[in-house]
Amino acid sequence: MVLNDIEKLLEKYNNAETSLAEEAQLRAYFKGEDVAPHLEHYKSMFVYFSQSQQEQYTKDVSLKTKNTKVYQWISVAAVTVLMLGFIVPKVLGPTDKELKQQQDALIAYNQTMDAFKLVSIGMNEGKQQLNSLAMMSNNLNHGIDEAGRLSEFSETTNKIFKTRKK
Amino acid sequence: MKQADFVSLVMPFKDKVFRLAKRLLVSREEAEDATQEILLKLWRNKGKIEDYKNVEAFSMTMTKNFCLDRLKSKQAQNLKIVHSNYTDNSSSLQKQVEARDSMGWVWRIIEDLPEQQKIIVQLRDIEHYNFAEIAKILDMNETAIRVNLSRARKTIREKLTNTHRYGIK
Repeated sequence: MVLNDIEKLLEKYNNAETSLAEEAQLRAYFKGEDVAPHLEHYKSMFVYFSQSQQEQYTKDVSLKTKNTKVYQWISVAAVTVLMLGFIVPKVLGPTDKELKQQQDALIAYNQTMDAFKLVSIGMNEGKQQLNSLAMMSNNLNHGIDEAGRLSEFSETTNKIFKTRKK
Repeated sequence: MKQADFVSLVMPFKDKVFRLAKRLLVSREEAEDATQEILLKLWRNKGKIEDYKNVEAFSMTMTKNFCLDRLKSKQAQNLKIVHSNYTDNSSSLQKQVEARDSMGWVWRIIEDLPEQQKIIVQLRDIEHYNFAEIAKILDMNETAIRVNLSRARKTIREKLTNTHRYGIK
């Protein structure tokens, strides 16, 4: 490559106007042995850039960390404790079935009480009706008495008529 | 996403992450820790990773932020400067020593740059990102990046020229 071009490129390079391809050209030029003496000091820079790019990260990365595992188990433990908190009172305390039976019994008791109340009301009503029946029988007796008197009256009238016929 | 998918996704740019971390944190061990941290963060958020349009740019941004945080934190107060073993293909020992020496100079000059310029030089001159990508990674506009890069390159040139002439003039 003509030296003139390299100098122009260097000028552009220092003004940060070179393209990536032009910079590659510069690197290629300075990598070579025949560098113009007055540009010698650029050589170490470009060689350094090329060499720096060779450096590699060689360490292995363990992607599965222990920390995350421990955290996972902590969450599991927390959930178990929470679940136990809900389950234990349910298992040791009255079960659902027992609670339901208790409620059923209460409902049945209330219903029988209501039914008894209704029956007693009916009984009271019946008693009152009996009273009126007794009154009616009184009246009936009264009527029978009256009827007796009427028969006595007819006897006397018969007697009168019989004497007249004789 | 399975582990194999993740590894194949991360493989192409994990070295870039490492080199950027090393540029900023200087020590190799610190940079390795940082890279590990970044990769683990990506792995933990692997569910969301498919939503990102450009995982590489996103990871580089993460690396930049993570390293700058590390530099600010107290933990990093005792960072030490470690010279890497630069390998040279040339056979002559004399040349090797010379090369290592000038390499060391370039390293130290870049080390002295402001962090912003350091990152831009790393991304442009070493990783060969184009300006649009750098703008995305650093969340800056391209003009500002060009200005910073130009300043950084001129500083490097000046210092290199001085070092080169040291003892002659």
